[in-house]
Amino acid sequence: MKEILIISGKGGTGKTSVTAAFAHLAEGAVICDLDVDAPDLHLILDPVNKSTHDFISGNQAKVVPDKCDGCGKCVELCRFQALSLKDGKAVVDGFNCEGCKVCVTFCPAEAIDFPDNFCGRWYISESRLGPMVHAQLFPGEENSGRLVALLRQEARKIADNARADLIISDGPPGIGCPVISSLSGCDLAVIVTEPTQSAIHDLERVAELCAHFKVPACVLVNKADLNPSLAKDIERRAKQGGLVNVGRLPFDKIFVQAVLAGKAVTEIDSSQNAAALRKAWQKIQSILNNGKIDSKGEAER
Amino acid sequence: MKIAVASGKGGTGKTTVASSLFSVWPELSAAIDLDVEEPNLHIFLGPDPRRLKTVWLEVPELDEERCTYCGLCSQLCQFKAISIFDGVGLTFPEMCHACGGCFQICPAGALKVVQREIGSIHGNQRFLMGRLRVGEAMSPPLIRAVRREAERIFDPSMDLIIDAPPGVSCPAAAAVRDTDFILLVAEPTPFGCHDLKLAHQAFEPFGIPMGVAINRSGIGDDEIYNYCSGKGLEIMAEIPFDRAVAEAYSFGRIVARFSEKMGSIFRILADSIRRKVLQHQAK
Repeated sequence: MKEILIISGKGGTGKTSVTAAFAHLAEGAVICDLDVDAPDLHLILDPVNKSTHDFISGNQAKVVPDKCDGCGKCVELCRFQALSLKDGKAVVDGFNCEGCKVCVTFCPAEAIDFPDNFCGRWYISESRLGPMVHAQLFPGEENSGRLVALLRQEARKIADNARADLIISDGPPGIGCPVISSLSGCDLAVIVTEPTQSAIHDLERVAELCAHFKVPACVLVNKADLNPSLAKDIERRAKQGGLVNVGRLPFDKIFVQAVLAGKAVTEIDSSQNAAALRKAWQKIQSILNNGKIDSKGEAER
Repeated sequence: MKIAVASGKGGTGKTTVASSLFSVWPELSAAIDLDVEEPNLHIFLGPDPRRLKTVWLEVPELDEERCTYCGLCSQLCQFKAISIFDGVGLTFPEMCHACGGCFQICPAGALKVVQREIGSIHGNQRFLMGRLRVGEAMSPPLIRAVRREAERIFDPSMDLIIDAPPGVSCPAAAAVRDTDFILLVAEPTPFGCHDLKLAHQAFEPFGIPMGVAINRSGIGDDEIYNYCSGKGLEIMAEIPFDRAVAEAYSFGRIVARFSEKMGSIFRILADSIRRKVLQHQAK
């Protein structure tokens, strides 16, 4: 079983639209939305929910006011500025609390409880393009990395049971905690980028992250005709950095139209875009199946 | 006043709006890029900012000579950064959140403070940014360090324009908290509207006034307008979709300087934000 992750570094380059198209072309892959913070893939796939689960992870400090004598020890020890004294009692700022248990452990009056943190929900669903695992972290919550790890584990179970040989995941933007959790141990990262100075800067960092975690990566340039010379530059730099270029997609309204219609681009379009996506998908499959990339930066067949 | 430009969904135009607002802002201001995972604001503001400092977290290292393997530290650690069993002790510094609890609890003084680099701060007279070290998972402590640095070096009379990270979890919350205004940049598409709702829900508990700037107006549908009017969220600017603007952006140019029309959209936006903040402060 292989796992492919669609990432970008910079947000808004088209990860989710590309993921939906690949899920359509793959036929029968398990689909996973790992952008648990701001998931959007379900808006295209319109999945039917089969089961909903609470995501409980970590704990949060909670002062019992009757027991607190206002000594301020917790305020002094907390490194996250999550505690302060108000009217002679300690109060917890839930957004700052990291759940480290230091205040709970050292409170001389044993006045701080440490209840479980209910941070979101995760779902197993069925979509027209295949089984889907997704989640929604509650706004402002943490532990997104743990939720991502849990979703990947569930996706692997489903793939095992269904004898599916592929998991396609829509990744989060950035290079931090949830991205690292999405990336580690993947078979291939597809980096969706665009020919803008910002995206190039972000591509370099996300490619470095893939190298750091030893995950092979390839590059798909979206909106390529927006700035053809930069698009070429991206492909040149990608090749130098040992990344395979799997294709270019034109800047086209079809991406928004497809989302409005609740479809993957390849489901409604037979034009240039769909053809480019099909070609990219073929290259990706060949990289996955052969597991190596030749010196010209092309996938071997 | 401190203005945070945030979004929920990535790529809706936070940096476009932050760089443009900074370029037309009528009072003395500084810009801060808190999207430390993928900072881009400097590309628009140039010249290249200088590296000012490295940001470290204090993490434990085990002194096996002193360790009695009592296991108090590993019982306390909520992040699986220390493991003690039968005469073996291991630390996993990359898992550590730097709460300092293990140093406090160790009865044998067997944990030594060592530093883990999480990133760096760069800047010049009117600009600051954080850059997360590639491979580092935790961005909120770096975001907080950049904000402390801003308070230290910028004159308190200067207005601050903050480019926030995407999303609605801890990094975004660390960037928009304790500001005077949150401008949500959104696209009129199903993804844009869905993520605007998440951002609005996430930031509402902070009690900070919020408004919306719609970027690429005309590309999608009306759902976002219905949501904003239903929630009493004011749409303070609409930046029409224009392929020529997208091309200018691709070269790293400030959109407010692209045309008179764009400049005027951002000047009006800057004025309405300032008015809203002053009104709120007067209350």
